[in-house]
Amino acid sequence: MQRRSYFLNISATLGFIFLYIPIISLIIYSFNKSKLVTVWGGWSWQWYVELFKNDQIMDAAMLSIKIAFISACLAVVLGTMAGFALTRMGRFRGKMLLSGWISAPLVMPEVITGLSLLLLFVAMESMFGWPAGRGTLTIIIAHTTFCMAYVAVIVQSRLSDMDESLEEAAMDLGAKPSTLFFLVTLPLIAPAIISGWLLSFTLSLDDLVIASFVAGPGDSTLPMVIFSKVRLGITPEINALATLMIAVVAVGVVVAMLQLRRTEKSRVEE
Amino acid sequence: MSKLPGYALVGRILARRNLTFNRFAAFNPGRKAVISIPFFWLAVFFFIPFLVVFKISFSESDIAIPPYTSLFTWDADEAYATLTLYLGNYAYLIEDSFYLDAYLSSIKIAAISTIITLIVGFPMAYLIARSQGSKRLILLSLVILPFWTSFLLRVYAWMALLKKNGVVNDMLMALGMIDEPVRMLQTDFAVYVGIVYTYLPFMILPLYAVLEKMDLTLIEAAEDLGCHPIQSFFLVTVPLAMPGIVAGCLLVFIPVVGEYVIPALLGGSDTLMIGRVLWDEFSLNRNWPMASAVAIVMLVVLVLPIMFLRNRVGNKESI
Repeated sequence: MQRRSYFLNISATLGFIFLYIPIISLIIYSFNKSKLVTVWGGWSWQWYVELFKNDQIMDAAMLSIKIAFISACLAVVLGTMAGFALTRMGRFRGKMLLSGWISAPLVMPEVITGLSLLLLFVAMESMFGWPAGRGTLTIIIAHTTFCMAYVAVIVQSRLSDMDESLEEAAMDLGAKPSTLFFLVTLPLIAPAIISGWLLSFTLSLDDLVIASFVAGPGDSTLPMVIFSKVRLGITPEINALATLMIAVVAVGVVVAMLQLRRTEKSRVEE
Repeated sequence: MSKLPGYALVGRILARRNLTFNRFAAFNPGRKAVISIPFFWLAVFFFIPFLVVFKISFSESDIAIPPYTSLFTWDADEAYATLTLYLGNYAYLIEDSFYLDAYLSSIKIAAISTIITLIVGFPMAYLIARSQGSKRLILLSLVILPFWTSFLLRVYAWMALLKKNGVVNDMLMALGMIDEPVRMLQTDFAVYVGIVYTYLPFMILPLYAVLEKMDLTLIEAAEDLGCHPIQSFFLVTVPLAMPGIVAGCLLVFIPVVGEYVIPALLGGSDTLMIGRVLWDEFSLNRNWPMASAVAIVMLVVLVLPIMFLRNRVGNKESI
């Protein structure tokens, strides 16, 4: 028994070290003064300054944030609808199809999704003249489509875990379906919707492959700019950018965990 | 549950009210909208695109905008259309062993890295599931943090570590394990490291979900009855964790088969993966019909059977 936990602890610790070595090295080297990324030249902020002076990166970051924000909002609306339809609306025609379509984007290789959407947009443009050209709009459509799948899965699992008695009570007391949804169901699934929104935002911000397929020649999102820079070798500004992004995510995760611990504690106290 | 006889009647009345409610809901325009809007969206932007890919895979590459030939040629005088299916793309896929090699090599890389990810991830998931209170939350957030961090930047981090004068080579030299830097970047080794690293959270989270719910007394019982810890691990823990193992492996295996970024950044020019072939076919050769044929074969041979399998296993919970 003792030997087993010893072995378990060592292998799991090695796993966690493996998970964090690259992240820690990114952070440390972002403060490196030397232009040669792997030679240590003392501490410095200069790459952060360079980063904010780099218009190409800043423009791409703004574009990506805009796309991620709009896609996340659309994905939340569509994904919640799909999740709700699949768990709360009984049987309807096409239910199997909807449930298959909604879970498929989760595992679909990105190259296939990207190529198929591009070919669709090209075909639509030559048939209806819409969408005219490719750019921000086509990226938003593509991101909304795969993000709504994630939202639907999260909302679906929350709804199926949830006790239906509150909704039944409201229904018995004469609530209209719309009132029922906005006053009872929505507040109950709000945590799932928030995490769905955040996940969609992150996934959209991070997507390289699908955006590269459906973007027009003029629009470069942040991952596309990072990829083109990184392909040529290591760039210290990218280290600085990575550190900033990791810091934002870390704050988010810590806040979420504190929140989780608080709700768990209050549940225990009840 | 009903001690008073009246309860059954009340229950029946309530049930009927529910029923009438649902009947009413069937004609409710709101209900229609909630079902049909996401349905329509997915039909247009998820399902139809595959039909378009399928169609274009039978076209011939052409120097035009868009760069492929049309399947239908409309004869204005006779007022009929001719359908021409070009099978050359598929013939070429079979003829040129390059594509077959790429498919096989992708499957090999995906399978090996899925197994390594499982071996690395299992003890971590196990440790988290067996920890209590704050320790569990901290360990769990340590897994979730990289999961939320940019995929591209995490792959990039390994470029700096595995470079010829990178951190890993420096450390190995300082330890005296090697005399001169070893080429690690742009090899299959780097690709495996990159895949295992980036997909590890996708393996740990479903595993954790099943291990957390597992009844520990079963292991105790097995060991009381004379099982060696190793035996009880393979005879009790692994079978109970099977849904999580299957879910985790699928979440890693399928996307890795089509992976583009990791082989492009960490792999050498000889690292053959089908996602990269498709991308190059599309962007370097601008041969969209060929890229479509590659995608269709990948879909039919790899993705659809696995998705079908997953539905058969029918384990939605842990994903």
